[in-house]
Amino acid sequence: MNVIGDGFLEAGRLLASLDPDVMSITLRTLQVSCTATFISVLIGIPVGTVLALTQFWGRGLLVAVINFGMGLPPVVVGLATWLCLTRYGPFGVLGLLYTPTAMIIAQAVIASPIVAGFSLAAIQSVNPKLRLQMLAFGATRMQYLFLLLWEARLGILASVIAGFGGVISEVGASLMVGGNVRGYTRVLTTATVLEVSKGKFELATALSIILLLLTFVIMSLLSYLQQRGRQA
Amino acid sequence: MTVKGFAASVLLVSWMALNLFIGMADAAEPKVKDLILATTTSTVDSGLLDVLTPIFEKQTGYRVKTISAGTGQALAMGEKGEADVLLCHAPAAEKALVESGAVINYLLVMHNDFVIVGPANDPAGVKGKSSSDAFKAIAAKEAVFASRGDDSGTHKKELSLWKNADIKPTGSKWYQESGQGMGATLLMASDKQGYTLTDRGTYLAQKKNLKLEILNEGDKSLLNVYHVMQVNPGKFSKVNGEGGKAFAEFMVAPETQKIIGEFGKEKYGQPLFFPDAGKQM
Repeated sequence: MNVIGDGFLEAGRLLASLDPDVMSITLRTLQVSCTATFISVLIGIPVGTVLALTQFWGRGLLVAVINFGMGLPPVVVGLATWLCLTRYGPFGVLGLLYTPTAMIIAQAVIASPIVAGFSLAAIQSVNPKLRLQMLAFGATRMQYLFLLLWEARLGILASVIAGFGGVISEVGASLMVGGNVRGYTRVLTTATVLEVSKGKFELATALSIILLLLTFVIMSLLSYLQQRGRQA
Repeated sequence: MTVKGFAASVLLVSWMALNLFIGMADAAEPKVKDLILATTTSTVDSGLLDVLTPIFEKQTGYRVKTISAGTGQALAMGEKGEADVLLCHAPAAEKALVESGAVINYLLVMHNDFVIVGPANDPAGVKGKSSSDAFKAIAAKEAVFASRGDDSGTHKKELSLWKNADIKPTGSKWYQESGQGMGATLLMASDKQGYTLTDRGTYLAQKKNLKLEILNEGDKSLLNVYHVMQVNPGKFSKVNGEGGKAFAEFMVAPETQKIIGEFGKEKYGQPLFFPDAGKQM
């Protein structure tokens, strides 16, 4: 039983034939994880920036909470989201359980602290003399903020990469709040789990390979952006 | 790369993500009538529901969200009104839900049987024994036994067999709870060359990956009976009552029953499930 070899062949066959099931699962994976990462960027970068630039009572605690959140186990997030979204749970009226939206919510919860934590570190590691220099040049607050983020761009893109990496590889939360419904909430990780429990190891291997390829392509794109930024 | 170029690429990526987001909003249009079917892993892992649900969806226009869990979780979801229709195989536990009024329309769908599988050389000698003697032999030999340990229908059945044999296996070193589905548990038993209790369907579907043989079968206590039931919309206002009723009726309709009886014949040389609708159990 040469599962890995057969898995590679199967992955090639599925990709070459544009297998409709696999295509829809792959697109769903992209949609859910990219949207979740996008939301976590919208939340995480501003939060990281504010925490990096301000001083207020309770800030230290908030930073600790965010750093703690970077290690949130997906399965715990999944359970909490599941409990909130069940029909008779606090947000049951929204009817979101077992939808891609529910998966996006859970994944955004997982990724936001990661993006916030890394952005915070990135901005804080920018040389503090920059501020004085900028103000001396007569920069407005917005100009200063933009330049600061620009100076921290490598670290900020690293935060996006880490956030995306956290959600694309996640299976516990997706399985729980998505339900792994065929053609609707099935993503590459949950499909792999299902095929293993069906005993179809070749297909499971093939799905894993497709997931790796997908992750590789997206990470390469982000790395390209990041490293291009380095030369500027 | 300039500041401008960088900002432009960030914008581009954001725009693409936003498009995906909008695409999702379209897909989640509320026109679709969702129906949550909570069921046991065996109906999903064997592939039966992959055949049946598309037919049901085409006939009725519902979108079935099949949540494959152990029977324990499926029943718990029904009990809380978190599912619309259940397809399970633990009659004793199901009866409790019928009596409490949580589920209605309790209908017999099909059966297959449980079998005790183990290594071909049968170290504990379970062949030809009754199911409870077979379990006694396994315990006496302290042969590895892989248990589901997940409150599924199969696990409930296994526990009742231990009880019949008057043995408390929990905590013994040879008794290993996988806490996973049937497929994973079979793999574990195969890997450790131990015994396990499985439904015949999942075993047949997985057989090519396993070094396990059917060693004990046919005992009356090994019957595995599946019922469909709709969650009571009178008790839970958010339950899709019409959809649940439609699915329950679909499962016992003559055409569906015929498909169930044919399922797996071609691939495994024998049916995985035997249709029973309308019979008395």
